[in-house]
Amino acid sequence: MSVLYKNARLIDPATGLDEKGALLIDGDVIVALGQKVDAPADAEVVDCKGRVLAPGLIDMRAHRVDSDSALAGGITTVILQPDQTTIIDTDPVVERIRRRSDDTHAVRVYPMGAATKGLEGTQVAEIGQMQESGAVAFTDCRHAISDTQLMRRLMEYAGYFGALIVQFPEDKSLANGAVAHEGEIATRLGLAGVPAAAEAIQIDRDVRLAELTGARIHFAMISSREGVEAIRAAKKRGVKVTCSTAPHYLHLNDNALEGYRTFAKVSPPFRAEEDRLALIAALADGTIDTVVSDHDPRSEDVKRLPFGQAAPGIVGFETLLALTLAPVHAGKIELMTALKALTSTPAQLLGLDSGRLSAGAPADIVIFDPDKPWRIEREKFRSSARNTPFDTLPVQGKVWRTIVGGKTLFEGE
Amino acid sequence: MSTHPTETDSYPRADVTPPSGSLFPHKHLLGTWNLDPVSIKHILDTAEEYVEQNRRAQKSTPKCAGLTQINLFFENSTRTLMSFEIAGKRLGMDTISMSTGTSSIKKGETLLDTAATLNAMHPDVLVMRHADSGAVKLLSEKMDCAVINAGDGRAEHPTQALLDALTIRRRKGALHGQTVVISGDVAHSRVARSNIYLLSAMGARVRLVAPPTLLPKDVDRLGVEVATRMDEGLKGADVVMMLRLQQERMQGAFLPSLREYFRFWGLTAEKLAYAKDDVLVMHPGPMNRGVEIASDVADDIDRSAIEEQVEMGVAVRMACLDILTRNLRGEAA
Repeated sequence: MSVLYKNARLIDPATGLDEKGALLIDGDVIVALGQKVDAPADAEVVDCKGRVLAPGLIDMRAHRVDSDSALAGGITTVILQPDQTTIIDTDPVVERIRRRSDDTHAVRVYPMGAATKGLEGTQVAEIGQMQESGAVAFTDCRHAISDTQLMRRLMEYAGYFGALIVQFPEDKSLANGAVAHEGEIATRLGLAGVPAAAEAIQIDRDVRLAELTGARIHFAMISSREGVEAIRAAKKRGVKVTCSTAPHYLHLNDNALEGYRTFAKVSPPFRAEEDRLALIAALADGTIDTVVSDHDPRSEDVKRLPFGQAAPGIVGFETLLALTLAPVHAGKIELMTALKALTSTPAQLLGLDSGRLSAGAPADIVIFDPDKPWRIEREKFRSSARNTPFDTLPVQGKVWRTIVGGKTLFEGE
Repeated sequence: MSTHPTETDSYPRADVTPPSGSLFPHKHLLGTWNLDPVSIKHILDTAEEYVEQNRRAQKSTPKCAGLTQINLFFENSTRTLMSFEIAGKRLGMDTISMSTGTSSIKKGETLLDTAATLNAMHPDVLVMRHADSGAVKLLSEKMDCAVINAGDGRAEHPTQALLDALTIRRRKGALHGQTVVISGDVAHSRVARSNIYLLSAMGARVRLVAPPTLLPKDVDRLGVEVATRMDEGLKGADVVMMLRLQQERMQGAFLPSLREYFRFWGLTAEKLAYAKDDVLVMHPGPMNRGVEIASDVADDIDRSAIEEQVEMGVAVRMACLDILTRNLRGEAA
């Protein structure tokens, strides 16, 4: 069965393509695209009415699968973090997740395996076997791997398999007990803070280890100017380092904590305004490679607590695209750059076949109106939870269709 | 008292009417950060009347008879809890107190469930202390009655700041223009924060003196002066407020030893000589003698106001209970 998506603005960050045209899929693959596409006579025709047609978004960091929510956000591939009820630290667990993903008509799911057994940071996990079973990278998720010797061995060992290690850059002892960014707001509110230096210190150490071992490393969730500068300097020296941030760090600073709003409790914490601006600049100049949602549905039970006791995390799938487009609309970054960080770069880092528009690629596609204004309403989320600090925020850019393996799994207005 | 102290207190002016038309336009007393000078003055003026009342043989008035006051303390306290109990009883309230040991928080009940339970009992005032910053505010959102913060985490302890202000105003005649030094563990102190907000609002000059490890980041942005040396910090001080140093901070994590702390930051007569001659020495209690304050300084009857602070505490808490229940009693706040 062929479907022709005509009258679209085709954007393929993998090649830099941005032109009006059509795209033809047959079954679960893309077969042709361009200004002139010859479609079979029996092909179904979908008029995109000038909307952007791009590769489906690949979200490199999610703590729950939450498929309906992901699809509504234009996400076709979710990279599941290993901090599940059953920690993803052995190949059978990886296999089970992969099989379930292939069986269902839902968002594609690839797990990241635990870098250390039980996410305990003491013993290297079975990286090779997990990779064979389909784990795309290895991380201790919310925990920094702080033992230097272990980290070095992990990187050396992962290097043999060409496996990507994803580090959460936060110096553990500086972050001990902290629930906020160390600064004026935390001081006023009487909350224990972690300085931005904790991020840069961890990055600096691991960059040295990357140089020592020759392995590549990816830092998840950069939140500070210091962190950005450490990455920029490492890239300049030619170290194989990449990093991500989440769109909420491009939007909010630690003022969001005012009134002890636990929906604004995230890890790493919202930092100062200068950090927020540095992150936008770093995304624009390519220092930050990918943008992730860090989707983490949390029930009211763990959020309606005193700030110090409340769980960190926000739901991010359904706001990922619109929030990442905000700096585009503000003229701070290019649309191509934003989409690249959400599609082709994560695909390339993780060795996925998707994340591109080309003949033979999987038909994982998002069609969206980049300018359409709407208001974030948490009550309308398809997610299993509603923990967002962005309720009622006006944004631009709305998903119209999400297509996974040729099948339209989400239809918006 | 021969002269009423508020007559010499020039700030805020007595004839100022607040835009809201109410002298205390708040349902709860959660902190001092959002109190304006008019509200502060109103509480202090009201407390003055209770100081007089508390010195009489007949200390109780049935002003709040029939109202229920619950004191809910999730953190150990004797002085503050007792002070609130006495305050409530002297106003004729039915006062019930619960401390951590007797509450069901130990059984895993969440704070908001506790709030719902208490709310169903229809108290008129809830006085609460909790170890987490912001916890009292969270609870107040679910309560129909007035909530008074008796200390939350490192954030606020408004009645302490109000009683400190009353003590200073009575001894010095005014808050405006006074140089008040707050010294000790500022980083972990709710007393320090509440005092900073209140004293700044009233036009006092606030200076913090502490070792660098006990000063929170960017505290200078709160509009205070910051010093680390006692001799510099105490210079020209009208008031010195010492903060209690918690035991767990003394053993290596923030400071090497008690001896060393006392040597450099303990308040001794020698260091106090840098302050003004008529300096007033204060401490929220309980004191660690020989740690943050030398006994001879604490016991100096001319300069120490430590016992007076306790007395003012009861009066200020009576004033707060009175003002927050005025609506219920059909009076203007």
